[in-house]
Amino acid sequence: MELFLQLTLTGLTNGAIFALVALGFVLIYKSSDVINFAQGELLLVGAYLIYAFVAELGFPWSVGILITLGLAVVVGVLVERFVLRPLIGEPIISVIMVTIGLSSLLRAIVNAIWGTYGRAFPAFIPSTNVYIFGAVVPADRLIAIGLSLLLLGAFTLFFRYSPDGIAMRATADDQQAALSMGISVKHIFAVAWSISAVTAAVAGALVANIVGVSGDVSRIGLRVFPVVILGGLDSVPGAVIGGVIIGLLEVYTGGYIGSGLSQVLPFIALILILMIRPYGLFGEERIERV
Amino acid sequence: MLTLNNVEVIYNDVILVLKGMSLEVPEGKIVALLGSNGAGKTTTLKAISGLLKPDDGEVTEGDIIFQGQRIDTLDAADIVRAGIFQVMEGRRVFEHLTTEENLRAGAYIRRGQGQFKRDLQLVYEYFPHLHQRRNQQAGYLSGGEQQMLAIGRALMARPKLMLLDEPSLGLAPLLVASIFDIVRRINRDKGTTILLVEQNARMALDIADYGYIMEGGRIVLEGETGKLRDNEDVKEFYLGLTEVGQRKSYRDVKHYKRRKRWLS
Ligand SMILES: Nc1ncnc2c1ncn2[C@@H]1O[C@H](COP(=O)(O)OP(=O)(O)OP(=O)(O)O)[C@@H](O)[C@H]1O
Ligand SMILES: [Mg+2]
Repeated sequence: MELFLQLTLTGLTNGAIFALVALGFVLIYKSSDVINFAQGELLLVGAYLIYAFVAELGFPWSVGILITLGLAVVVGVLVERFVLRPLIGEPIISVIMVTIGLSSLLRAIVNAIWGTYGRAFPAFIPSTNVYIFGAVVPADRLIAIGLSLLLLGAFTLFFRYSPDGIAMRATADDQQAALSMGISVKHIFAVAWSISAVTAAVAGALVANIVGVSGDVSRIGLRVFPVVILGGLDSVPGAVIGGVIIGLLEVYTGGYIGSGLSQVLPFIALILILMIRPYGLFGEERIERV
Repeated sequence: MLTLNNVEVIYNDVILVLKGMSLEVPEGKIVALLGSNGAGKTTTLKAISGLLKPDDGEVTEGDIIFQGQRIDTLDAADIVRAGIFQVMEGRRVFEHLTTEENLRAGAYIRRGQGQFKRDLQLVYEYFPHLHQRRNQQAGYLSGGEQQMLAIGRALMARPKLMLLDEPSLGLAPLLVASIFDIVRRINRDKGTTILLVEQNARMALDIADYGYIMEGGRIVLEGETGKLRDNEDVKEFYLGLTEVGQRKSYRDVKHYKRRKRWLS
């Protein structure tokens, strides 16, 4: 029972971080149908920026994080201006290929500045242990859950009620019709990438806080693929539930069966679910109707 | 209010579709733009609203003036903000958004002005049907309801000039009549100027003040709607065709020649 609780809590934390990263994918996919292969590298850049401001330049935590989030917005705007805008009218697949290029570029920049070896991330969240029903959980993991939930809640509200959120979903549905409402697609793409980069920076900090800051931070970008496909590429609730399912599956398999299987099982679950629901658990079906 | 001077539109850098298109829409009026399939009606509207870009089309000659300002060089978003709103052919509602979210999207340029509730009320007055379906996904609305939503969305932006592209397309006759009735009311009550593209010439000429007929990318005939209705060519090729039983004119060589004259 104690092992079960322990695994569950660990799985939930991982799941919360997965959900946050998945949200970044969903935002970009929802507004532009682009699968962003550079999402993991956005995490990496976020983690290193916070590391640079706090550990290298000696800023207080709060300031370091705020500057990083501000820079994340700038990254989003730059990507729209210099990567996406020149590709308007090109097939989506070209844009997707470009995000692969972008991921190499971001990684190269990080490597050039900070080198390839890992460093300890100055723990900004206390990792004192908390006991819940006999299970031991480091506080930083609990905070990761809380922070993820907060952000996810904020985005759900954003999509449902704010003009830009609704405009983003409208753009995803029918770009030309959105344009006819006076919705600027450029603006929407910039907002989507900015928010995506901001969530990535937060997720990057949470991951780095747990595993240290190194190139490994971006690996989570790939681990999140089954999450987004499982939840539905275009669904915010799907990202959350998909994140939690994969997070739990991974640790349960690791804890009860063996760690070898824990990275494989998510993909098996994925295939099973896609056989029943081809658009993922919460993905939008194409409405066939005249 | 709106003037097109010798506008030329080219798609994909090679396909010339509008060839010296000129027309004028006076403030407060309803102007009908008629023509057969492929005449270039939709292209004309998109040239005005700046929506050619996603179709890889471009205004290459001439100019489009709206309230004294040249708009053919502006972005679609700026044109909407200037007061022109196009209701696109085929309704184009946002399928995965609810009815009300679609209306919110229509009000996008007026966000932050705090008049959303009032405008919403007004749209529901015009279209009580939409109120019943306000929380339903728009993709599952009927064709008629979607057309109402498309017009409602336009109302939310409070345009000065509304461009309507075949609002009667695919609707049952009774619905067509009610849609046209609404268009007339919008024009009368709110003073919104309307440029109406239609295949349904009879209805369009009934509610419009002035009409243009286009063929092959340019205007071939224009006039007060009363005069157009009496015009022999219009009677045969636009009004006649809508009535079964008069199709024999198709086979008539003389008529064919008259049609040719327009096309050349
Ligand atoms: N994106 C495009 N690329 C190339 N040619 C196009 C494009 N859109 C329209 N055309 C061509 O331009 C011509 C005019 O098309 P348009 O859609 O403006 O006609 P329309 O009068 O609206 O016809 P309909 O009554 O069928 O809607 C047609 O010959 C069409 O094939
Ligand atoms: Mg058309």
